[in-house]
Amino acid sequence: MTAPRPYTLIAELTYRCPLRCPYCSNPTDLAAHDGELDTDTWKRVLGEAEALGVVQVHFTGGEPLARRDLEALVARARELELYSNLVTSGVPLTKERLAGLVDNGLDHVQVSIQSARPERADAIAGYAAHPQKIQVMRWVTELGLPLTMNVVLHRANLDEIDELVSLAEDVGASRLELANTQYVAWALSNRDALLPTRAALEAAGEIAARHKARLQGKMDVLFVKPDYFGTTPKACMDGWARRFIHMVPDGRVLPCHAATSITTLRFDSVEDRSLADIWTSSEALLAYRGEAWMPEPCKSCDRRAVDFGGCRCQAFALTGDAAATDPACQLAPQHALVEAARSREPGERRYLYRGR
Amino acid sequence: MARDPSFIPKLANKARLRFDRHSGSHMIVYPERGLALNDSAAKIAKRCDGTRSLTEIVDELAREAGVDAEGRADVETDVLAFVDLLAQKGLLEP
Repeated sequence: MTAPRPYTLIAELTYRCPLRCPYCSNPTDLAAHDGELDTDTWKRVLGEAEALGVVQVHFTGGEPLARRDLEALVARARELELYSNLVTSGVPLTKERLAGLVDNGLDHVQVSIQSARPERADAIAGYAAHPQKIQVMRWVTELGLPLTMNVVLHRANLDEIDELVSLAEDVGASRLELANTQYVAWALSNRDALLPTRAALEAAGEIAARHKARLQGKMDVLFVKPDYFGTTPKACMDGWARRFIHMVPDGRVLPCHAATSITTLRFDSVEDRSLADIWTSSEALLAYRGEAWMPEPCKSCDRRAVDFGGCRCQAFALTGDAAATDPACQLAPQHALVEAARSREPGERRYLYRGR
Repeated sequence: MARDPSFIPKLANKARLRFDRHSGSHMIVYPERGLALNDSAAKIAKRCDGTRSLTEIVDELAREAGVDAEGRADVETDVLAFVDLLAQKGLLEP
């Protein structure tokens, strides 16, 4: 099988972050992942990604601002005509540094907000960052850059859709991502404290749909439903190692941010092999690329080219078998695992926070 | 959507029109997405730069193609449809 063309590189530059969000997508065994690639290696990798077909790069983390060479990497992306997006908490950032990043060719900024209400936001983030985030969003639009405001939704903020949309309009966002928590990594550890009720979810979805219609052409409003409440699994990453290259700070190449949680796989690093070599022949990337790995009911399912069998990390985390049908699918033999989790009575609300 | 022919389309701030050396055609790249363009769409997109009205874009393309009045009507249909698609996707300045 020839390798598909990747369009997007997600570059996690570091796992360092001042925030401690309970749904953090970084690995839960953070201490085991403390290496970071140097500037020259990242520059090489950006070139190799472009050569493979990539047109977009997301600089993310952790908090990518913790890297002092972010400016140099943004400049390299611009040189390669890659559309660069900075995914940031905005902590710590000055307007001068942001302006410098724009001068180096940054195309877009995404800021995540934990809640529209400052006290709630800081409780969720485990850090008093809210006022700074609002300030950073205003700087982004003042500097003429398009802004995405991202909000991860869960039980403690699903009732805020109106306020969140108002905030996004107020700061001049061109895009609002209202993304329900997906239960992998830290979010799985905190699942009982995060899972909303179906009623709250449906109410939020209806409000979001109203704003989406009202703001059509002005601001994109996306409401991403949680797969736990659907009947079919999410089309995770548009398929394993198909459209996205995900790189973690130490240089390993993954199909998604969570894949190191699949302990049966060994991911290759750009420190040992070229990105092209890894993309086309890494055993871990070949493991679930395409359809050959699929069990029934995926193998004969009409939707196998639509949702690609769902999320491998979720399958592994819930069933212990990364090749199992994603339990979020109502046809999955182990769908009862998801049903049981979502019908559990709201439990203890204390979050398990990641360390810094 | 019916549009005033004097409307001056301009690609949104978040959209970048670029040549894609891998496919040999143009694409519009924007947050999390890309839109592959065929040659005629690329010609229209290049002119959505905030300096030309719809009428001017149609005139330019019709002249370039050397078409008669009937041909111009076809160009107009293409331009309006593509500009509507861009607007729908939020790729035009409001």
